[in-house]
Amino acid sequence: MIKIENLQHYYTDSDGNEVKALDGVDLTIGQGEFVAIIGANGSGKSTLARHLNCLLLPTDGRVEISGLDTREEKNMWDIRQQVGMVFQNPDNQIVAAVVEEDVAFGPENIGVPGPEIAPRVAKALAAVGMTEYAKHAPHRLSGGQKQRVAIAGIMALEPKCIVLDEPTAMLDPQGRKEIVSTVQKLNQEKNITIVYITHYMVEALAADRVVVMEKGHVRFMGTPKEVFSRVDELEALGLEAPLAAKVASELRKSGVKLPSGIITDEELAQALCQ
Amino acid sequence: MMLTEITLGQYFPGNSFVHRLDPRTKILATIIYIIAIFFAETPLSYGILTAFAALVILISRLPWLLVLKALKPIWIIVILTMFIHMFTAPGEHVIWSWKFLNVTQEGLDLGLKMAVRLILLLLFSSVLTFTTSPIVLTDGIENLLRPFKAVGVPAHELAMMMTIALRFIPTLLEETDRIMKAQTARGADFANGNMLQRLKNMLPLLVPLFISAFRRADELAVAMEARCYRGGEGRTRMHELAYGGGDYVALALVLALAVGLAVLRWGKLCGLSS
Repeated sequence: MIKIENLQHYYTDSDGNEVKALDGVDLTIGQGEFVAIIGANGSGKSTLARHLNCLLLPTDGRVEISGLDTREEKNMWDIRQQVGMVFQNPDNQIVAAVVEEDVAFGPENIGVPGPEIAPRVAKALAAVGMTEYAKHAPHRLSGGQKQRVAIAGIMALEPKCIVLDEPTAMLDPQGRKEIVSTVQKLNQEKNITIVYITHYMVEALAADRVVVMEKGHVRFMGTPKEVFSRVDELEALGLEAPLAAKVASELRKSGVKLPSGIITDEELAQALCQ
Repeated sequence: MMLTEITLGQYFPGNSFVHRLDPRTKILATIIYIIAIFFAETPLSYGILTAFAALVILISRLPWLLVLKALKPIWIIVILTMFIHMFTAPGEHVIWSWKFLNVTQEGLDLGLKMAVRLILLLLFSSVLTFTTSPIVLTDGIENLLRPFKAVGVPAHELAMMMTIALRFIPTLLEETDRIMKAQTARGADFANGNMLQRLKNMLPLLVPLFISAFRRADELAVAMEARCYRGGEGRTRMHELAYGGGDYVALALVLALAVGLAVLRWGKLCGLSS
């Protein structure tokens, strides 16, 4: 589905210095996979995300979406329809003053015939559980609800993949839960590829694979179990492993015999009770 | 008062015949009615116009008080216009004079006429905004302007600007409220002082507001592009506007009114000359 080869992206900052935001990223993501990307600020994860739907183009290397090269201009709208993107601030991605009108915005842009749009909108709103808010004004919704409307706006384009760039950074704990469970549901029920960029390690636990980035490189990746067991390495990168993984690692260091691969609270509790 | 309590526009929801009319019908009817106002000369034609406006308000089932309140912002202008005409219009039949001020019969007639015209104009156009939500109104304006695209009227762009404005005005008001509270907490005073002083105190409010508005605009533009927005070309709409039977009836009625008034005026002129 997504193939990234030796992706490099340089830009010149306001002081005239050349910044290497991405410096040789190789990554392949399969259809239906749920990939979480973590990394400290400035590790290049947002830049990477923006390459996935032509918002940014590679300085060098290549990005292929379903075999379409992002550098070819004629592919741009196809790719944007296949790879939707949800941003951090829920307010700044909703265009219309009524929820259903906003969800219709995408299909209207790609020229879906008028009568086919309403069913698409209904389906998209149902997929994120916002059907009853179809006629509401977005500014009256909570952060989590707004973000779900934004996801519905992408779903109405019937994409194969959704890239979420820190979608929960501005939400309260309740909203964070809503988004993670919505994304998981879309991944499992609709087989939509998810690329989920986050600061919250706990959210990355839901993924099939976790990619750890540092200074424009992929540092290491693996299943959540593999990645979060490397507590010390994560900490060296300025990342904090989930609490359970940290406690287990500290206990192991002080001599308690615990099985490896403990990353959730439940697993830790179970291991300790044995 | 909380800034966020300000309602946008003056839409008064309802389900009357007037509410259900196509927005284009209502806009066109308003324009025709306004033209008809300028056909009127005799008390009879003013009577007909007033009766027509009253009938429309009756059918729209708007509360009378609400409609009359729409006159509040212009009553000063109405009275001023009336007096200026009364004192300055040339005429022979002086009915009242004091020093250099003369009121003539002709002046009084003209002043009253202008006042009635202004009041009818405002009453009728406020029925349009009372019975049409701003969103639907935007659709109507876009649709009516579409034929003028050939001569360079940016119909789609104007409508998109209005849509985004409608979406973001509440958000920006909320933000203003927040900034005001933050600054009040640090000793700023928005409530006291004379007009000039209060305006001056508003300045520190505008700077952060503008910066954030530009940031929002930037993020929104990226989000819109990510959802395949590329201008009005090839765009479809979820709800295409469609004229119904009621629209033809309404247009026919208001056209009949205009023609009738024109005949009254022309007929009278012919009668005098013969």
